[in-house]
Amino acid sequence: MRNPQQTLTRRTAGTRWALRSLAIAFVALLAASGCAREEEVPSLTIVSFGGSYGRASTKAWFEPFEAATGIRVDVVDYNGGLAQIRAQVEAGHVFWDVVDMDLADAVAGCDEGLLERTDKAALAPADDGTPAVEDYPEESVTECSVGNLRYATVVAFNTEKFPGEKPSTLNDYFDLEKFPGRRGMRRFAQENLEFALMADGVPPSEVYATLDTPEGVDRAFRKLDTIKEDVVWWETGAQPPQMLADGEVLMSTAWNGRIFNAQVLENQPFEIIWDGNVAGVGQHGIVAGTPHLEAAMDYVVFASSPENQAAISRYISYGPLRFSAYEYVSTHEETGIDIRPHLPPPPSDSSNSLFTDWKWWSDNADEMNERFSSWLAR
Amino acid sequence: MSSRKKAGGRPLLSPRLRALALVLPLLLFILATFVAPLAEMFRRSVHDPLVADALPETVAALRGWDQLSPPGDAAYEALARELQEVRAENRARVGQVGRRLNRVESGMATLVATTARELAAAPGASAREKLIGIDAEWGTVDKWFAIQSAGQRFTTRYYLNALDLDRRPGQGVVRQEENRRIYLLLLSRTLWVSLGITALCLLLGYPVAHLISHARPERQNLLLALVLVPFWTSLLVRTTSWIVLLQNEGLVNDMLVGFGLIADDGRLALVYNMIGTFVAMTHVLLPFMVLPLYSVMRSIPAVHMKAAASLGASPFRAFWRVYWPQTLSGVGAGGLLVFILAIGFYITPALVGGASGELISNKIAQHMQTSPLNRELASALGVLLLAGVGALYVVYDRLVGVDKMKLG
Repeated sequence: MRNPQQTLTRRTAGTRWALRSLAIAFVALLAASGCAREEEVPSLTIVSFGGSYGRASTKAWFEPFEAATGIRVDVVDYNGGLAQIRAQVEAGHVFWDVVDMDLADAVAGCDEGLLERTDKAALAPADDGTPAVEDYPEESVTECSVGNLRYATVVAFNTEKFPGEKPSTLNDYFDLEKFPGRRGMRRFAQENLEFALMADGVPPSEVYATLDTPEGVDRAFRKLDTIKEDVVWWETGAQPPQMLADGEVLMSTAWNGRIFNAQVLENQPFEIIWDGNVAGVGQHGIVAGTPHLEAAMDYVVFASSPENQAAISRYISYGPLRFSAYEYVSTHEETGIDIRPHLPPPPSDSSNSLFTDWKWWSDNADEMNERFSSWLAR
Repeated sequence: MSSRKKAGGRPLLSPRLRALALVLPLLLFILATFVAPLAEMFRRSVHDPLVADALPETVAALRGWDQLSPPGDAAYEALARELQEVRAENRARVGQVGRRLNRVESGMATLVATTARELAAAPGASAREKLIGIDAEWGTVDKWFAIQSAGQRFTTRYYLNALDLDRRPGQGVVRQEENRRIYLLLLSRTLWVSLGITALCLLLGYPVAHLISHARPERQNLLLALVLVPFWTSLLVRTTSWIVLLQNEGLVNDMLVGFGLIADDGRLALVYNMIGTFVAMTHVLLPFMVLPLYSVMRSIPAVHMKAAASLGASPFRAFWRVYWPQTLSGVGAGGLLVFILAIGFYITPALVGGASGELISNKIAQHMQTSPLNRELASALGVLLLAGVGALYVVYDRLVGVDKMKLG
């Protein structure tokens, strides 16, 4: 039998050796990462939504920016929301520089100090010299972010399911007698309350004034009540085109870019009802405390010039925001078709589209989300 | 020198310390990834110092206020001064305060932002006139109540919200307005859905486990593979496959129509409702029931049943008196595993649950991720859920005994 004392001693020696080599490895690793940091080429981390939109952004903005400035762009995908930005800012370790976000997050992020304030004077003026700020529709530029595109939530349907009369208005979406069948709708208060009121006869310009009264909110929910039993709720943007193709629903609310992709790239017989569409805007924001503030601002300025802003419409059916950018809109790169009829109607054509009022939502989202969930659960 | 001598002669550390050193990495890991986040979650659900830090004197001036009529001039003056100070110091702070107050009273986000911006140039002799001149809402009780309520550094308001309760000026704690009540409903729904799925998993998993554990060895491997392959498949893939199968024009409905069992216009709604949630979640969680049961059943000698039969027991009696009691530890382990996993499930109900299949975890995720963020309420809901699971665990321990549980 071996002396236990001896074995222990030997083991201790072994442990010490292991610890020492671990320490050496650790120091070596630190040194290596330090070296890597010194050799770094100028680079910028841009965060976007991935998928077909991410690919379009790469083609329209990231690659041209790299070519123009020599700054390398690292693209990171995310699903929206402020959780990750907040974590970085709170930890004081910011590794995202520019983030593509929706207006609600841009406004909230600005309020909460998660985004840098952007200098609007630095943006390129329109070709005729109009200052950039005046070249944007109202409220599509915030204190901390610059608008990059216009998208719309629309009603879409599968033409194969309508051998006779086809739906053409928002009212038809809510009309179960005329077009019996299931409807797809996003499981979210926003946009649905607006759709309901417009279908109930409230003109777009009065929708938010109506929602500002308790009776107006009740009226919206009463209208939603009329189709509640026949609604299939969707959660992600990929669901509506799938449900339309499968015949799971007869009509669905959807994001216009997703329907366009299905129409043009997958030859689905879908049609968009532009009547009563709810338009939203995308934003570029800069994360507060980024070490690459200058390059980040360079990118925002680059992507917001009228010509570059219009470039996104060559790869996906989202329109530019700047009034002067519309003259640069022409065709879809991959198929060569005219992209203009597929874009959300420009702000000049306000026939029957509604612009999301983020101020109203920032005041009421807490309450409306609860009411909507509560309504849904009953 | 003495340390070297010591090292040469006796071990550096006592055996007890060496044992501790071995488990230390695991201990630190658990502390950092489990205990610390839980503690932080609990702290966040009761500690919300943002408003109290930003507007200390306003909050102090509102102490003892009767909540029946607008507060005295001291509160107006303190608010006017502090809002300007906060704005001068850090403009983002104004937005944070507004959003925090907005949780108590809708409309505060814009009201606070506008007021802070316009105060410097506002006409009026007193702070009261200035504030009410900017917005008449400052003359109402509700807005001041929001400041008083959100100004509590340590608070129970997130727990009240999580239980569909609310504080009202002058009324104390009352139930939330009926059209805003949601969390109690979702908590109870989550509970019964989880219990139902656990029961369903047991019903389906028990015979399967029995079949596998008593099959010939080569068939046993095949059957186990049939259980494990779905287990190793991505959760998202399994969930979306169920959509393909169950949807209106999916395989199941097509087959039923093809056999003439249902009419073409009478297709069954099998997904985007509670049926979808039950089917998909039961399928996803079934292996967690089968595997512990299998490992327990495998250790039960086949002679037990034969002995029972030879002593005259009917097959059912032999099963009920001899076999079933021996599998209880597996039933307990599988049941607990499935139940606890089901209670936290979130992506499956989000995809196939439709309107009636939303569970409490979907709401927690929403408050954590989407604007307007409300991590404090999400934390309170999380703590309640954890407490609920803890309570059930204690009950379970009393009834079955955790030490009898066998995980494999």
